[in-house]
Amino acid sequence: MVQVTLSGTIQQAAGGISTLEIEAKNIRQLLNALEKLCPALKPELEKGGIAVAINGTIYRDDWFQPIPEDSEVFLIPRLAGG
Amino acid sequence: MARNPDADNAPVKKEIESPTSKYDAEKAASFKVVGSRPARPDGMDKVTGKARFGADMVMPGQLVGLILRSPHPHAVIKSIDSSEAEALSGVKAVITRDDFTPNDDHADVLYNIMAREKALYEGHAVAAVAATSRAVARKALKLIKVDYDILPHVTDVDEAMSPDAPVLHDNIITRGVSPTPTKPSNVVARSEFGHGDIEAGFAQADEIIERSFKTAATHQGYIEPHACVANVGTDGMSELWCCTQGHFHVRQVCASLLGIDVSRLRVTASEIGGGFGGKTTVFIEPVALALSRKAGRPVKIAMTRDEVFKASGPTASSSMDVKIGVTKDGRITAGYGVFRYQGGAFAGAPADFGAMSAFACYALDNVKTEAYDVVTNRPKGAAYRAPGAPMSVYAVESVVDELAARIGMDPIDLRLKNAAKEGSKSSYGPKFGSCGLVETLEAAKAHPHYSAPLGPNQGRGVASGFWFNFGGETCSNLNINADGTVTIAVGTPDIGGSRASMCIMAAEELGISYDKVRAIVADTSALGYNDTTEGSRVTFSSGMAVIKASQQAVTEMCKRAAMMWDIPAEAVTWEDGYAKPSGPNAGDFEPLSLAEIAATAGKTGGPIAGHHEYNADGAGVSFGTHIVDTEVDPETGKVDIIRYTVVQDAGKAIHPDYVEGQFQGGAAQGIGWALNEEYIYGDDGKLQNAGFLDYRMPVASDLPMIDTVIVEVPNPGHPYGVRGVGETGIVPPLAAIANGVSAAAGVRMTELPMSPPRVLKAIDDAKVAAE
Amino acid sequence: MSGIHVSTKINGDAVEYVCDVEETLLDVLRDKLGMTGSKEGCASGDCGACSVTVDGRLTCSCLMLGAEAQGREIGTIEGVAKGTELHPVQQKILDNAALQCGVCTPGFVVAAKALLEKNPDPTETEIRYWLAGNLCRCTGYDKIIRAVMDAAAEMRGN
Ligand code: FES
Ligand code: FES
Repeated sequence: MVQVTLSGTIQQAAGGISTLEIEAKNIRQLLNALEKLCPALKPELEKGGIAVAINGTIYRDDWFQPIPEDSEVFLIPRLAGG
Repeated sequence: MARNPDADNAPVKKEIESPTSKYDAEKAASFKVVGSRPARPDGMDKVTGKARFGADMVMPGQLVGLILRSPHPHAVIKSIDSSEAEALSGVKAVITRDDFTPNDDHADVLYNIMAREKALYEGHAVAAVAATSRAVARKALKLIKVDYDILPHVTDVDEAMSPDAPVLHDNIITRGVSPTPTKPSNVVARSEFGHGDIEAGFAQADEIIERSFKTAATHQGYIEPHACVANVGTDGMSELWCCTQGHFHVRQVCASLLGIDVSRLRVTASEIGGGFGGKTTVFIEPVALALSRKAGRPVKIAMTRDEVFKASGPTASSSMDVKIGVTKDGRITAGYGVFRYQGGAFAGAPADFGAMSAFACYALDNVKTEAYDVVTNRPKGAAYRAPGAPMSVYAVESVVDELAARIGMDPIDLRLKNAAKEGSKSSYGPKFGSCGLVETLEAAKAHPHYSAPLGPNQGRGVASGFWFNFGGETCSNLNINADGTVTIAVGTPDIGGSRASMCIMAAEELGISYDKVRAIVADTSALGYNDTTEGSRVTFSSGMAVIKASQQAVTEMCKRAAMMWDIPAEAVTWEDGYAKPSGPNAGDFEPLSLAEIAATAGKTGGPIAGHHEYNADGAGVSFGTHIVDTEVDPETGKVDIIRYTVVQDAGKAIHPDYVEGQFQGGAAQGIGWALNEEYIYGDDGKLQNAGFLDYRMPVASDLPMIDTVIVEVPNPGHPYGVRGVGETGIVPPLAAIANGVSAAAGVRMTELPMSPPRVLKAIDDAKVAAE
Repeated sequence: MSGIHVSTKINGDAVEYVCDVEETLLDVLRDKLGMTGSKEGCASGDCGACSVTVDGRLTCSCLMLGAEAQGREIGTIEGVAKGTELHPVQQKILDNAALQCGVCTPGFVVAAKALLEKNPDPTETEIRYWLAGNLCRCTGYDKIIRAVMDAAAEMRGN
């Protein structure tokens, strides 16, 4: 189980849920599981405006990045720069 | 790490490296080339005027392209009649939106580069012509008849949020609020970040300060206007030359807007005359391609400065409320901020990044930020160096400064007491890894500047700032040439000297001298996809790819040496540019140099090269602290910058000159933002200062020398410890200068820019209030 | 449109061209003569990227008509280095890493050279005011000013 914290616009899209527990071993599984759990998140996730932070390291696109057991995971807006 | 792939599991990565790479402390202890300051490979061309920028390219038979722009800030385009323009002698093509492929992926981009339903800001493109000369093209623009139905407009962020504001898009329904609104508005999205319980936090505070702030929109201000030359061949094979921060991105978007295969478009990035985020998107490039396709000849478009101001770039303007509570002994108990940013006519104001970075310098138990992304009748904003952060940090650091004074604590001590460190929970969620905020604060405090005496009407300000940094898709090649020299191809345009840094890293890894290595920025057909030069990612990501490509070449060179010596490849090591036998059974051979191995490569298996393709992560956050002395003329309200010091964590400075340059450039842009630069709109919704005379960027006589201190807290996610340095430098200046001016003027400055009339008014208002 | 015939000298060479009445010297240099070292940053005299000398005097070539070059001596960035030998201002800009994107650099080189020909020993303030007509957005000017001071020192022989 990993603890996932939602932030940004997706928190409301998920109906105001800010943390949930999800069974996922990598980022792709996490996103799929999230979509199943809160279908309202689907458009937000599909827009690609999301990055995933696992134990402090931010991944913008990396489906198969493993999520170790008991990780701290955050969904945050996908960063851009100047 | 054993892994247990389950059913829907696609392949699990073979070698998991998380982050992408690890800091090599042993290597870092004995750097030979890294940290030196050699001349850059493109320097000679640039000081002699030979370097070719966007507008310097000429293709045979090229036409001049010009764009017709809306004079109205908000209007329905009822019809466009270009028949007279088309009939003019010398006109070879006229295009409108109809000449592009409608496109879900890039709908806003298309709408922005060529309006159709409505013009959404003054300067919004509505048509374009290609003609044999500029004079003919200008005449043709005048002959295009556009029938507008003028609509009410809005340019201010707070006004745009009000329920009776003119609505720009009828398909924008605010995201991130519940219940979902039923009616369209100008509020694209509301985001929320934070943790803890701010009400409980404020209840613990001895002092609470709550203030509202505003900042004006500014432009990136690159000196080179956007320019490109496009050539669509008769067979549809197309080439595009342009100044851009990301030619792969340009290729992707242009191919999609023109409805052609990516493989049929080759984009070459010219030398680029500054970008700062403003050249991460497309404006004129698809237009030039569409004109060329229609005319059957190459087309060059170069924006004028007026067009640059009205139709490219700017950053968001903001309206913000910040509330912070602190105990008497300086512990911040809660922070709360609301950040409303307008980002022009389309979604995407960096309000969320502003909200995320606002309190990032502090380890807080209770913090909450809200962000509103708002559209207005202004040009669509583009990224500008640490997009969104300078404004929100200005608001927070102003209140922190005021709180420090209120409780009688040194402002650096207050920051040190609450500073984010490795392991602290960031205000936007994830825990910080290794980071250097405390080190920059301590270095600032120890700097002679911080304790130097001040003169009359002078005030000192400090502020800290933060940027996330990221990596991204990257791909670099490295070739060992037969004469022992090395050429590197990267896919990230070099804006501030990154080719020099690439050469340094390859030279370090290969153990050869810097002048044996040359780096170029390759075109889109020569390399795999590379993300744009943005997010302070180039020296980090392309650099790491160059290091890995070098290592690959080294492995191959050791193999070749092993063949020559007839020993196993494992028995060969690479040291200081030489293959050497190692281990007890390797035998005794004269070491072979890179040049010697290269010279016989053709006979030992063919050319030797290395390459690396990956999606970089582990970029490592970057913090900085700035100190500034300001002097306020109480008669005129004019502010002078007397002294300026930038302290920033670079992880490891590969080429310290260009790290200092990034620090100094960021500070100078921040000074302009704080003191003078501003998009000024009239009641007619038109930009009143679209030129360098009235949009006043700092000139040499406005500034002092800008002192720099490079702090090096290695990034654990890079073999050499590199952190991106490009963006953080613009984050603290707005706040630092506002704190300095507030101290000098004796009144808190809550609106940027602090132009003379505004400062004078604040001083006068404070006098009146005191009486 | 009838063109105007112009005979002038650019970087010591006799040059002839035909230009339109409204064409600026910058347009002529860049578009007619292929001398793209002078840059257009604003076309309004505010950025200095187009700096040239006219009879030795520092001028924004975007503010002068091509026709006005008749009988004058024009100096551009292309004429600053003698073959492969850089002018001290150019060399010091390289040594000090006084450029990032480099689009402002030709203008700064031409302007700084003109300064040092007039005033071989300028103060920092004098340099800053002389170069106030040249915009640089990348560097914050620090390294540029140092480079010009270094070049001045070298040209004076210390
Ligand atoms: S182009 Fe001449 S001064 Fe800017
Ligand atoms: S180096 Fe880029 S404008 Fe000066």
